[in-house]
Amino acid sequence: MIRSHVLVCGGTGCTSSGSQAILAKLEEELKLKGLEDEIKLVQTGCFGLCALGPIMIVYPEGTFYSQVTPEDIPEIVEEHLLKGRLVERLVYNDTGAEKKEDVAPSLNDTTFYKKQKRVALRNCGVINPENIEEYIARDGYFALAKVVGEMTPDDVIKVINDSGLRGRGGGGFPTGRKWSFAKASVSDKKYVVCNADEGDPGAFMDRSVLEGDPHALIEAMAIAAYAIGADEGWVYVRAEYPIAVRRLQIAIDQAREYGLLGENIFGSGFNFDLHIRLGAGAFVCGEETALLTSIEGNRGEPRTRPPFPAVKGLWGKPTIVNNVETYANIAQIILNGAEWFASMGTETSKGTKVFALGGKITNTGLVEIPMGTTLREVVEEIGGGVPNGKKFKAAQTGGPSGGCIPASLIDTPIDYDNLIKIGSMMGSGGLIVMDEDSCMVDIAKFFLEFTVDESCGKCAPCRIGTVRLLEILNKITDGNGEMEDLDKLEELANYIKSASLCGLGQTAPNPVISTLRYFRDEYIAHIVDKKCPAGVCKKLLSYEIIADKCKGCTLCSRVCPAGAITGKVKEAHVIDKTKCVKCGACIEKCKFGAIIKK
Amino acid sequence: MKSIEELKAIKAKMADKVAVRSSTGDIRIVVGMATCGIAAGARPVLNAFVEGVTAAGLTESVTVTQTGCIGICQYEPVVEVYEKDKEKVTYVKMTADRAKEVIEKHIKGGAVVSEYTIGAAKI
Repeated sequence: MIRSHVLVCGGTGCTSSGSQAILAKLEEELKLKGLEDEIKLVQTGCFGLCALGPIMIVYPEGTFYSQVTPEDIPEIVEEHLLKGRLVERLVYNDTGAEKKEDVAPSLNDTTFYKKQKRVALRNCGVINPENIEEYIARDGYFALAKVVGEMTPDDVIKVINDSGLRGRGGGGFPTGRKWSFAKASVSDKKYVVCNADEGDPGAFMDRSVLEGDPHALIEAMAIAAYAIGADEGWVYVRAEYPIAVRRLQIAIDQAREYGLLGENIFGSGFNFDLHIRLGAGAFVCGEETALLTSIEGNRGEPRTRPPFPAVKGLWGKPTIVNNVETYANIAQIILNGAEWFASMGTETSKGTKVFALGGKITNTGLVEIPMGTTLREVVEEIGGGVPNGKKFKAAQTGGPSGGCIPASLIDTPIDYDNLIKIGSMMGSGGLIVMDEDSCMVDIAKFFLEFTVDESCGKCAPCRIGTVRLLEILNKITDGNGEMEDLDKLEELANYIKSASLCGLGQTAPNPVISTLRYFRDEYIAHIVDKKCPAGVCKKLLSYEIIADKCKGCTLCSRVCPAGAITGKVKEAHVIDKTKCVKCGACIEKCKFGAIIKK
Repeated sequence: MKSIEELKAIKAKMADKVAVRSSTGDIRIVVGMATCGIAAGARPVLNAFVEGVTAAGLTESVTVTQTGCIGICQYEPVVEVYEKDKEKVTYVKMTADRAKEVIEKHIKGGAVVSEYTIGAAKI
């Protein structure tokens, strides 16, 4: 008789911090103690708190252990599973409140989870994604049963329309409208496609859904197919997501076995089957027309719109393309109703949004929040703030297509329209936090280097324009910038935006435009003062030893790879600036804080 | 899958198996499982509670869990029953058979089996 479940995160984050070794050790220890019939081991998807992985949770107590190592396992088994005593040192209990005796805090009371609302991620970290019956136990496939049994395609589209759901992949187009266009297109064949080509640096929302709750995607795609009159679907997922691909394939096989994919689903006469197409990881294939071209077996390049995919998509047939997270909301909307979904969020953005928190923030990981939550709540409360006592400078949303939100706008409620208004965008949900040590010109350069690499080359504004933009930025960070470069940057950025063929080029200048808008003074410091205020741009830095503080320990001169530091023992040392390569090794070694960069 | 009934059957079959993860039970049965408890025979008591609650179909509302030593080792196995808005009931010197009785009379019937409580125990 099973009395306790031990859930171990098997998402990519925790797998890379060693959760597989923990599972193996747990299995071994449970056998050793003769507990294998009482305690059930479950491998789940992502819990979200990736910074503290590997993560495991013990039910029924709901004890949340973080940063577990295989060496901790014998103790956890002996103390907790056998004797019922918490292993305090591993319990995650950051509630901000005083701890109660011997009772681990409920997960929902911790600052990381308190303000979250899990809709798209509701099953991630709760069920075993490789077991369809656990999904069914959590009301899985009941939405599909309801749709094919009781609703007409128009009913389904109306519910999705009324819910106010908008595309979670970046653009924010109303999902119900997209479906109604595809339904209105007359054709002998239609397709539903899932865009799982998640490419923004630092973003992993879609991967976590695929890894933690793949059946939610399958069910939603079947519902979408029923609504628009399709019988075939494709999931386009990048091959760099091996765990996600494997779990999705297992889920598809199980769904077929249970007759939830295939012919005559629920005896309704509705047929639907699903295939996986692996992408090679080109960023442009996240653009829907390039994605369709790639599924067709061609080089992933965008085509002109219109015609939109809803009219002429995959192999020329009407097609809807939705993002993984969009689909992950569908079954919940069908089961709980449009009003339930519309009750969350803001006037124009309903429901929740998943964000991948990264950069200079304590709780790196995955969070799902109601639309309208402020950036401050996300960064300071859920995210645990900026580490090492540094100051929050800006947050970058929307990846290479988005922009920066400066500290002055930290109280902005996050939704589609607010972010656009302040010059950023929702994007797929990457949220990168920057502190005072981040140079905004350097950040713009980082994203532009990415788009230069990833531009497919089909249209000139994007292929050539982004390279020219990057050249101007390099000129500025090298210390050769002139004030008129700023005007050139803006002019060129606007040309690229208006003339590029697809979303990649149209949004590529956004990081430049938004940093120019909020951090123009930093650009000016680079150009006029030839200084990088954050101390990042190497060519503008110089290293100096403060003679008064230097004790002459010789550590710096020994560590300098360029032999640029000279001086006698117990006398102040000097850096030869012509030899210095600005590697920073001396600063790290100096125990007296005698070396500064400026 | 030919009908929603099949789906419901799978859900019903799985309900008991995943309920343990929601841990929202109105009643919490806590078994002392420290060294003293185990030595006194807490394991069969714990198992009897888990089995009894599952057999009674009460996994949604009753959570069976374990705790460490609460300091009255001479009374082990000790079992505490927490119920919303009610005073905690502490059973002492429990056995598997007494556990079954507690499930029948107290958990299902709502009547505390006072002869096994700490108040009735002879010191």
